[in-house]
Amino acid sequence: MFLETRNLTKRFGGLTAVNNVDFTIEQGKINAIIGPNGAGKSTFFNLLSGFHSPSSGKVLYKGQDITALPSNKIAKLGIARTFQTTNLFEQSTVLDNVIVGHRLRTKSTLIDAIFRTPRLKREEEQCREKAMEVIEFAGLKKVEDKLVGSLTQEEKKRTAFALALATEPEIVFLDEPAAGVNPEETEGLAELMEKMVQNSITVCLIEHKMQMIMKLADKIMVLNYGEKIAEGTPEEIRNNPTVIKAYLGGNASA
Amino acid sequence: MKILKRQYIILAMLLFAIFFPLVTQNEYLVHVMTLSFIWMIGVYGLNLLAGYTGYLSLAHAGFFAIGAYSLGLLTVKAQMNFWAAFVLALVITSVIGFLVGLLALRTKEHFFAIYTLCVGYIIYLVIDKWESLTEGVRGLIGIPAPGNIGPISFQTPLSQYYLVLSILLLSVLAMYRIIHSLTGRTYIAIRNSEDLAQAIGISTIKNKLTAFVLSTFFAGLSGALYASFIRFIGPDIGHTVITFDLLTYLLVGGIGTLSGPIVGTVLVVWISQQLQFLQDYRMLIFGPVLTLLVIFYPRGIVGAIASWTNKQAGRMKQRSLRDEKKEDSFPSSDIAPENQVKEG
Repeated sequence: MFLETRNLTKRFGGLTAVNNVDFTIEQGKINAIIGPNGAGKSTFFNLLSGFHSPSSGKVLYKGQDITALPSNKIAKLGIARTFQTTNLFEQSTVLDNVIVGHRLRTKSTLIDAIFRTPRLKREEEQCREKAMEVIEFAGLKKVEDKLVGSLTQEEKKRTAFALALATEPEIVFLDEPAAGVNPEETEGLAELMEKMVQNSITVCLIEHKMQMIMKLADKIMVLNYGEKIAEGTPEEIRNNPTVIKAYLGGNASA
Repeated sequence: MKILKRQYIILAMLLFAIFFPLVTQNEYLVHVMTLSFIWMIGVYGLNLLAGYTGYLSLAHAGFFAIGAYSLGLLTVKAQMNFWAAFVLALVITSVIGFLVGLLALRTKEHFFAIYTLCVGYIIYLVIDKWESLTEGVRGLIGIPAPGNIGPISFQTPLSQYYLVLSILLLSVLAMYRIIHSLTGRTYIAIRNSEDLAQAIGISTIKNKLTAFVLSTFFAGLSGALYASFIRFIGPDIGHTVITFDLLTYLLVGGIGTLSGPIVGTVLVVWISQQLQFLQDYRMLIFGPVLTLLVIFYPRGIVGAIASWTNKQAGRMKQRSLRDEKKEDSFPSSDIAPENQVKEG
């Protein structure tokens, strides 16, 4: 198993946001998590990436129990994520935003900084090269010197992708990557995700845009009120009566 | 070309600082300038934490006082060698900074500011009330001037001026290198968004603590220099008023800018000197000016100048872009920054 959750549960006081979810993410595929608003998708992501600790259950990554690890250690293992709001530093350029993404693979300390040691210079160069590489990959070469604040929403999303890729991940969690982006640009982002998978980076995303998901995903999990109600290929999900009921309400046969 | 210009400015400022005492020949002005340099070091400490890491500490006068009193007590009461006491004072301040940081950094934003404000006040109270150690309100008298380094003696105001200037320059150099390194980028990433910083594998706790300790180190350095320069210290130097003085210098100069502490300190100290005849009514001028500055130029004078030059550079670039486009006249999606609409 690449990444899997076992009986993953998160309670906030009396509210159970994620309830007993077993889910496996398949390597080298595009995995998607869908569900109505408030279904617990983002909480599920936060559990996987170490931002919340689960009330019970386990997260296993390549057989290793990562349930109790803090998020920065999880990132070091090769799990990257983006946020719904991109959280980027708007007053800084794309390049400067992305360079720090490779920081976790470097070892320079404060002492290196004060004395400008060869190690620091080497690692700075390494970070810069990595940043250039992922900026190229994300199709941002043209805007690399622009301030993030002056970018379009789509370019900002791409910058967030690039930042996640700079950490050299094996799997990337994307929280609503196409939110606030027009259909044409959504297409471009979908292509970028496919390109990531071709470069052997596993993708797992939360998304609301059904058309995009059905076309893009290899595997879908549906959450509703914190519970997994279905899991399978897009074809299976589309014809699943429980899913239809959750989305449309009422009787599935109607 | 722009870098060249910046180098000239730095060189000019450096020459000015070096020749200032020789030109003025005014002992009082040299005294004021030395004191400004000492404050600047403390402001740099505050800037690293509040400006670059995003944690506004209001305990800095406390750490300033710890540095000053450590030096004072070690030299006056323990009769220690000056430079040994000086180094030990910095170590003491950093260790206390580390312990306070461990607790304080469990809080964020305004909670952090309030917590550190309390810590600063507690430090002041301890110094004020612990008479058997600190002499309380009587203060510590007879702190020695910096001891000789080899053949160089620091007994005259002029030599002290140059000593403080050299330490300031070393501090600025260290600060410049930190900010322009991966460590600095890490701090800025934390300031920008702690969640994102953690998601890209940065240990926020470790980095915040390092920044905190480093900033108390500079506060302690500033305090120790103050004690050896003024040679008398009272509990007042740990009062929150000093914290807000430092913060004012930083805000006027430009929080989160490298030259902000210098610009702000020189400017505010100099203006205060000029307005001394107004006594406490000075605040009637300072208050509104500071308020307006914070509203319209949140990154101070240096920030305002930087964004103005950036705008100019942007305009130049656009003009050249437009000229190019006239030549090949193909449509482009480039939108001018001024009329760009922010989405989302």
